[in-house]
Amino acid sequence: MLDTALWISLALFVVAILLNVYRLTIGPSLPDRILALDTMYVNSIGLIILFCIWLNSKTYFEAALLIAMLGFISTVAVCKYLLRGDIIE
Amino acid sequence: MIGFYTVMEGIIAFFLVAGGVFAFIGSLGLARLQDFYMRLHGPSKTSTLGVGCTLIGSMIYFSLTNHTISLQELLITIFLFVTAPVSAHMLAKCALHQKLPHYERTKGRPEELDEEQEDPDAADRPSTTPAP
Repeated sequence: MLDTALWISLALFVVAILLNVYRLTIGPSLPDRILALDTMYVNSIGLIILFCIWLNSKTYFEAALLIAMLGFISTVAVCKYLLRGDIIE
Repeated sequence: MIGFYTVMEGIIAFFLVAGGVFAFIGSLGLARLQDFYMRLHGPSKTSTLGVGCTLIGSMIYFSLTNHTISLQELLITIFLFVTAPVSAHMLAKCALHQKLPHYERTKGRPEELDEEQEDPDAADRPSTTPAP
């Protein structure tokens, strides 16, 4: 049962990342692309967690935590740059 | 008689599939909706819930297999739930600053978007280009 659920969830996450790539490619404005990248890193955290369950090891949780922190900081930095024209004033 | 581990396996499978479905719905909203202000709703609410469900499922799984309570997933979950509204707020401020086009039947629009209705040339004019 867990194997089937793992495969279904993996397939749904991969389709979600492909939809994000579609929005990242055609996105008409710059905030659309930033939003697509933001969603993509959140979905990649889910993929890493599913990979950890598949391997039955907790090695890659630090990678997920790092992606969460750096993704948030980069999103805020790019938004700040678009808002003010500068990151640190 | 259904054993304890079978019930817990069912609960973990339910959380994993629910997480995948929520993440897929959020990304579908990002790809399908009309303007940016609608598209912001999908990822900022649904994707966070999807990854949160997946992390809860993996927390139960690793707590059962290692016979210890694992709290690293809880850290990631709390971090995502704290930071997702902040980044959504920053993106909305960014879109209002750039005066992005919106769906014309939007109700209760803020005054930044009403200015754009009165002055249609303001959206076309790039603000960073210096005057010749």
